[in-house]
Amino acid sequence: MQIKKGDWVKVHRIILTCEQRAPQVPEDTKKVPLEMWVKGFAQSDSELGEEVTVKTITGRLETGKIVEVNPTYSHSFGNFIPELLQIGIDLKDILFGGDADER
Amino acid sequence: MKDNTYQAVMSRKNEIMKKAIGIDYATFENDGIGFDYEKMMRETGYTLEEMQKIQGETGVGNTPIFELKNLTALARKCSEKGKGARIFIKDEGGNPSGSFKARRAANAVHHAKKLGYKGVIAATSGNYGAAVASQAAMQGLKCIIVQETFDSKGLGQPEIVEKARKCEAYGAEVVQLTVGPELFYHFLLLLEETGYFNASLYTPFGIAGVETLGYELSMQMRERVGKDPDVVVCTNAGGGNLTGTARGLIKAGATDTVVVGASVDLSGLHMASDGQFNKKSFTTGHTGFGLPFATYPDRSDVPRSAARPMRYMDRYVTVTQGEVFYMTEALAQIEGLERGPAGNTSLAAAFSIAREMDEDQVIIVQETEYTGAGKHIQPQLSFARDNGIEIKFGNPKDQIPGVNIILPKHPSMIKAIDLDMEKIRKSVVKNAVQNNNVTSVSKADIAFLVDETGMDEAFVTETLKELDIKF
Repeated sequence: MQIKKGDWVKVHRIILTCEQRAPQVPEDTKKVPLEMWVKGFAQSDSELGEEVTVKTITGRLETGKIVEVNPTYSHSFGNFIPELLQIGIDLKDILFGGDADER
Repeated sequence: MKDNTYQAVMSRKNEIMKKAIGIDYATFENDGIGFDYEKMMRETGYTLEEMQKIQGETGVGNTPIFELKNLTALARKCSEKGKGARIFIKDEGGNPSGSFKARRAANAVHHAKKLGYKGVIAATSGNYGAAVASQAAMQGLKCIIVQETFDSKGLGQPEIVEKARKCEAYGAEVVQLTVGPELFYHFLLLLEETGYFNASLYTPFGIAGVETLGYELSMQMRERVGKDPDVVVCTNAGGGNLTGTARGLIKAGATDTVVVGASVDLSGLHMASDGQFNKKSFTTGHTGFGLPFATYPDRSDVPRSAARPMRYMDRYVTVTQGEVFYMTEALAQIEGLERGPAGNTSLAAAFSIAREMDEDQVIIVQETEYTGAGKHIQPQLSFARDNGIEIKFGNPKDQIPGVNIILPKHPSMIKAIDLDMEKIRKSVVKNAVQNNNVTSVSKADIAFLVDETGMDEAFVTETLKELDIKF
């Protein structure tokens, strides 16, 4: 995918390799690098997956591999949790005596 | 070129911090292990009146208090006759950024601007990031928020992902990292690179910003019920919420009010573990922050933390993830208030504590927080289920953090568990001497430890004897 200079992209970079990590991190964390993601305007034409310099919204220059163009949000309300539905039913039953009381 | 290895940057820590906060912490240090906390708060913080003015200018504070009549009725149905205190809640979710953290941020950003900084940086995955971003937007400063967001598979807690969105909505730059304490290293590099202000959660002005909450709360309750609340419950993580609230209560003269800290029990989960990062369903308000920060406040991102909860805490309880999720749903279903969930940690504790108290007594939960996509019980439980966490009804006390979430089968099963205050206070003494590598302490050190533990000299000297420390 072609990326034009000025496109809004998310880049990824390794901050510390496994060997460079702090001595106090737990074993499982030590096995993986410290990674970073930040968004900015591409400073040159590039391609998805290529390394590019970006200018962030505060004006800093960062470099990293492009992982997303026009990055958006995908978090949501998740899948329905039926147990939650039961809580309200139970509480109203305890408090108001269920269907018998129509308040 | 500068040496930017982990070790080199950490060794420049004090120098970077001094430039980024504008406080020379050395001026408050005593000989030995102590420092002059009140002097630091007095000389670098703001007076209550100044804070009210600063916060008022950006619409922060003066949030309403609601009486939770149905929850009170429910508590009474689950109590012995004559028991079940009136439960109130202060709707801090009504602050501009959606949580009480706006109070801390308002002061920090105001201070940064006054000192001439062009921008602010905060290291936080929580509501504080949104608060700093919101205040920076209002006061015209640039803002960078550094978050611990993802595990090594690139999977992020929905709550933290939402916080990133909110910060960006206010125009902030969000730097997202994988799990690990080296976030602090990257944070230092950013401070050095930009010359921005460190809007730490733990500066005197940040903590003093919460004093208005405690003060307001007392004034509002006196007007509402004719007295100070008998009990105030604060969700406790880094300790700033409780410290600031308690100091505000003292400034209001509410010295008889019992201050309770409440954290979600995440015992057994390691906070810096890549594998366990997404096994928890709370990213703050839990024991993984609460206990380490209570017993050693100076582990924070400033040389001397202004958040020192053990000076003020009368009681410290834990509740379970399942209990907090249950109460969050209850708050929506029978009180018509959709808030939380992390901020409802203190609500779950208050529901339990209210049942120990008499009907004519008053207990107040001192915060709520905004909710929405990602930051809501449904996506958080959905995320947990996707990560192999079992969710079921049962006895919440049978929970194993990281393995299951047990929603109480009946509200009467919600029970705040008391932590051993004596043990925690002894840890305060132990950490203070051990982290300073001393084998003997002075009279001034003992006086400092008396303040730090909220106990008397006999308690401190007895603990020092047990630790084989000379005095």
